[in-house]
Amino acid sequence: MSPPVLSVRDLSVIAKTDQGPQTLVDRVSFELNRGEILGLVGESGSGKSMTCRAIIGLLPSSRISISGGSVILRGKSDLTHLEESDMRKVRGGDIGMIFQNPSSHLDPVMSIGGQITESIRYHHQVNRAEARNRAIEILHQVGISDPAQRIDDYPHEFSGGMRQRAMIAVALACNPEILIADEPTTALDVTVQAQILRLLMDLREKRELSIILITHDLGVVAQVCDTVAVMYGGRICERGPKREIILDAHHPYTTGLIDCQPSGGSHRGLVKTIAGQPPSQGSMPTGCAFHPRCAHATKECAQTEPAAVDYQPNHMLACHHPIGEINEGGRA
Amino acid sequence: MNSSVPLLEVNDLVVHFAGSTMGLFNRSDQTVKALNSVSMTIRSGETLGLVGESGSGKSTFGRAILRLGELTSGSVLFDGVEVANGTSGDIAWLRRETAMVFQDPYGALNPRMTVGDAIAEVLTVHNKIPTAKLNERVQELLALVGMDTELASRRPADLSGGQCQRVGIARALAIEPRLIVADECVAALDVSIQGQIINLLIELREKMKLSMIFIAHDLAIVRRLCDRVAVMYLGRIVEEGPTDRVFNAPCHPYTQSLISAIPEIDPDKPLPEQLLGGEPPSPISLPNGCAFHPRCPIAQDKCRDSPVPALRGEDGHLSACIFSSESIFPQPT
Ligand SMILES: Nc1ncnc2c1ncn2[C@@H]1O[C@H](COP(=O)(O)OP(=O)(O)O)[C@@H](O)[C@H]1O
Ligand SMILES: Nc1ncnc2c1ncn2[C@@H]1O[C@H](COP(=O)(O)OP(=O)(O)O)[C@@H](O)[C@H]1O
Ligand code: SF4
Ligand SMILES: [Mg+2]
Ligand SMILES: [Mg+2]
Repeated sequence: MSPPVLSVRDLSVIAKTDQGPQTLVDRVSFELNRGEILGLVGESGSGKSMTCRAIIGLLPSSRISISGGSVILRGKSDLTHLEESDMRKVRGGDIGMIFQNPSSHLDPVMSIGGQITESIRYHHQVNRAEARNRAIEILHQVGISDPAQRIDDYPHEFSGGMRQRAMIAVALACNPEILIADEPTTALDVTVQAQILRLLMDLREKRELSIILITHDLGVVAQVCDTVAVMYGGRICERGPKREIILDAHHPYTTGLIDCQPSGGSHRGLVKTIAGQPPSQGSMPTGCAFHPRCAHATKECAQTEPAAVDYQPNHMLACHHPIGEINEGGRA
Repeated sequence: MNSSVPLLEVNDLVVHFAGSTMGLFNRSDQTVKALNSVSMTIRSGETLGLVGESGSGKSTFGRAILRLGELTSGSVLFDGVEVANGTSGDIAWLRRETAMVFQDPYGALNPRMTVGDAIAEVLTVHNKIPTAKLNERVQELLALVGMDTELASRRPADLSGGQCQRVGIARALAIEPRLIVADECVAALDVSIQGQIINLLIELREKMKLSMIFIAHDLAIVRRLCDRVAVMYLGRIVEEGPTDRVFNAPCHPYTQSLISAIPEIDPDKPLPEQLLGGEPPSPISLPNGCAFHPRCPIAQDKCRDSPVPALRGEDGHLSACIFSSESIFPQPT
């Protein structure tokens, strides 16, 4: 079997602060296979964006750095050791990235077509006319009608959903194998969200694109992802195939997150909730980060961090007192 | 209060914003037609959910009926009193009877003011309580919204988003309003915190017999919380009715699309095959006929020609689609 397109092992990110170093991402591991859509879920501040920024070497400040682990692309190069000049080729060339707010990631004073051709010509030796033709083709692929007419439009001339499509077009300009999508539909209406999700699934189908989809919406995960990793306090607390995570989760945070979705259960009246607040930076609980909010927590949970165990080849769990029956039959 | 009079009765409310007249040669009408003849009734103790895509006019409606925003024409009766062109005395009275809770929990609070002072401010402005009793009432309100009274001395920056939203709700409750308009008040919160706030609103509503207009683009939340739902498209209500009716048997194709697009947490339910295409057109040039026709999967010529009247069935279910009459008025079998 071919190696995973991306293999993240024990990736950690720390921030230097006045109170000393703080861990933002803590030994995160997962694999992404060709054509797979991996959902990265968790509450805000859990480290989803930081994990992805570390993967593509775009950490937001010089005080934040990778403190350990590896990011292996196609079984070969470790991206954490690349020079910035090589990393720049990886970004866009091998890994494209899109964000929640296209307006702050598209250049407002450059036409949509200009931004796509710029990327094409940075990564490939093609002339202007050919780059332009390719750009029109990509705009067509992301569902922009009359692409030859719209290619010279500026971002502000596009509607919200169209701008998100344009950002996808820029990210895909150089035919990357991996797309990292950080909350790409969070700011959109459900109707337009469904259109963008459909587009991502079509692209996965046609291009065998592998996608890391960051979202806080488990409904979105249920619709489009193959695998799910649940993050809490910088760590992945549970990871597995979508069906298992949604129907047979074992981590109390995962089940809590599923139960508190407003669309779940009876549809009417009180929602189940998770008591308390997610930890904030600088006040990470000892032991299991979830223990102050966990109904199953014991003394052990407050003292010792639960190990991340692959109790089946592709189902990882980090909890002292997992919920439900754990079938360890598949454990290596 | 007169119990036969609805708490709020809105008739033919229109809000148009004059467009900027920048271009010398640009003679086209740039008026933003944000609300186009909206009528609605809210009874005392009732919670109405207002849903629709962004730009459909939900916030404009909420602000207009509380007289916090412009109003072009129409009538707004609050407890039987016309406030659409009311005297300043009427508006001042409306301010004491109504309150608004906003989306951005931090933005709605003064960063330099402590939580306690922010609540006390409302009590003082509205002359709710003698100064000697101020502190006690602040503590009561904090407890009412489920906050540790110790937090009275904190500033917004020291609080989480959920805690700030609780303060926002406490400030609204300080007025002792009869009607609260909550505009996307949980949209910015994490899902586990969203649930805490929704449950708080459900409890408070029952405890205090509040009426509420709950504006949200998240239909699942509206379904949980609201007695009735109104669906807005381009400044018109296209469907309205009891929550269960609207969710279980939506009549208008727009409502049907919105409901089918809600992602459910069911691994066996993929994206729907039939997706609503496109995005709402600009409210500057409204489509003729049924404003939804350019996106409607079942539109016919007659939808494009003349305005589509809204039909209301006996159970109060309303729909503005020419194909709705059978579902609105079920044939006896
Ligand atoms: N620019 C930054 N400087 C310092 N800390 C940051 C910065 N951005 C995010 N963080 C911190 O890193 C942690 C993880 O954040 P993030 O990855 O953005 O979370 P998520 O995407 O899951 O909401 C949080 O504790 C956040 O406060
Ligand atoms: N003060 C204003 N001036 C001009 N246009 C406005 C103003 N407020 C809102 N609008 C426009 O009115 C329409 C309805 O907006 P809004 O009520 O905010 O919608 P929603 O709350 O449903 O997202 C939008 O097209 C918006 O751009
Ligand atoms: S380790 Fe303990 S505190 Fe953490 S989730 Fe499991 S039971 Fe709860
Ligand atoms: Mg993020
Ligand atoms: Mg609004």
